[in-house]
Amino acid sequence: MSALKALLIRDMKLAFRVGGGALIGALFFLIVVVLTPFAIGPDLALLSRIGPAILWLGALLASLLTLDRLFAADYEDGSLDLIMTGRAQLELAILTKALAHWLTTGLPLVIIAPLLGLLLNIDLAAMKYVALTLLAGTPALTFIGLIGAALSVTLRRGGLLLAVLVLPLTIPVLIFGVAAANSAIIGPVPFGPPFTILCGLSLASLVIGPLAAAAALRHGLE
Amino acid sequence: MRLWAENLACVRGGRRVFAGVGFAVGAGEALLVTGRNGAGKSSLLRLIAGLVRHAEGRLGLDAGEAELSIGEQAHYLGHQDAVKPSLSVAENLVFWSAYLGGGGSCEAALSAAGLSELAELPAAYLSAGQKRRLSIARLIAVPRPIWLLDEPTSALDASAQSQLAALMRTHLDGGGMILAAAHGSIGLERARELRLGFEEFGPAT
Repeated sequence: MSALKALLIRDMKLAFRVGGGALIGALFFLIVVVLTPFAIGPDLALLSRIGPAILWLGALLASLLTLDRLFAADYEDGSLDLIMTGRAQLELAILTKALAHWLTTGLPLVIIAPLLGLLLNIDLAAMKYVALTLLAGTPALTFIGLIGAALSVTLRRGGLLLAVLVLPLTIPVLIFGVAAANSAIIGPVPFGPPFTILCGLSLASLVIGPLAAAAALRHGLE
Repeated sequence: MRLWAENLACVRGGRRVFAGVGFAVGAGEALLVTGRNGAGKSSLLRLIAGLVRHAEGRLGLDAGEAELSIGEQAHYLGHQDAVKPSLSVAENLVFWSAYLGGGGSCEAALSAAGLSELAELPAAYLSAGQKRRLSIARLIAVPRPIWLLDEPTSALDASAQSQLAALMRTHLDGGGMILAAAHGSIGLERARELRLGFEEFGPAT
């Protein structure tokens, strides 16, 4: 247990130090959201209607941005070999790394999202629900992304392949995330059902992601 | 405690790297793995560490801890030093010590590796030799019976090489085992030699 705690603390430290990706994701998210009103024009009704979708797309791309370094950085400097010879289960070590990734990139997105909602003309009462869908759904993006990160670990420019591998798998998360957010703002569907499915997707990817990533790493490092 | 292998074969990328390799190393013994480039020295060490699967043969550890794999009872010191540039020297070592199971003192390990004065420095500023010393400090900070060293003396200066030799002798005297891949001498007089690559192997069938 202390091994995993040490890994969590190390990964979070690395994310916040020079060259880490902790704030890059949040900044990228900010820029995507700020650019949208410029591209679409000052149509407030339109902005508030597509606002949740913009926030979700921004969150999806921002979390993808730092995923490619999740295993590649450890692979390139030999740390991954040592992580695999550690006494912690590889699946649990991967889960821990994913948790550190979400805490440093997913959670900041959730925290700044209400602020960015103002730029998209989403009122604060509705923004609460949008932030809630991001809180429930961004873990799924990280855990699904794990699989792509593990598969592309030995490739030099794995980031592009990662996006191609991972983005199609995130379609259900996107559908139910945006559906839940929209139902809270414009209805008429109740918030409950799409939100529950979104939580289910997160929980399923929590189990499948680390297992698949561990299998991919064991195979890939041969 | 005894580490043994019978008739090991390793296939990587469809090519047979070596076959028919056997050895036995007892407590307090060292084995020097030698051979031409590409003979499979690194592959053999990675195979013992559990990072590569063997295609044929058997590998076992007698009187080890039954619940742990061989890799979990071994230190693997590869070509890369697993040092994070944005963490300090001490932070790097404290992390690996905690992750790999701890048991020893990190300060003592740093001073054994001659890095006490650099403990607070970000590891980005270390030279190649100093990074290697930091890797070696890991071997001291976490006691494990088997050391798998892949060209451990590369990048080390003469005094660091003799320090490493002293550390290896202490490890052997304490009942440890060392398997080292090297081209030249690494300063162990009582090491036996395992030569790989007498014959060329074609594609695996």
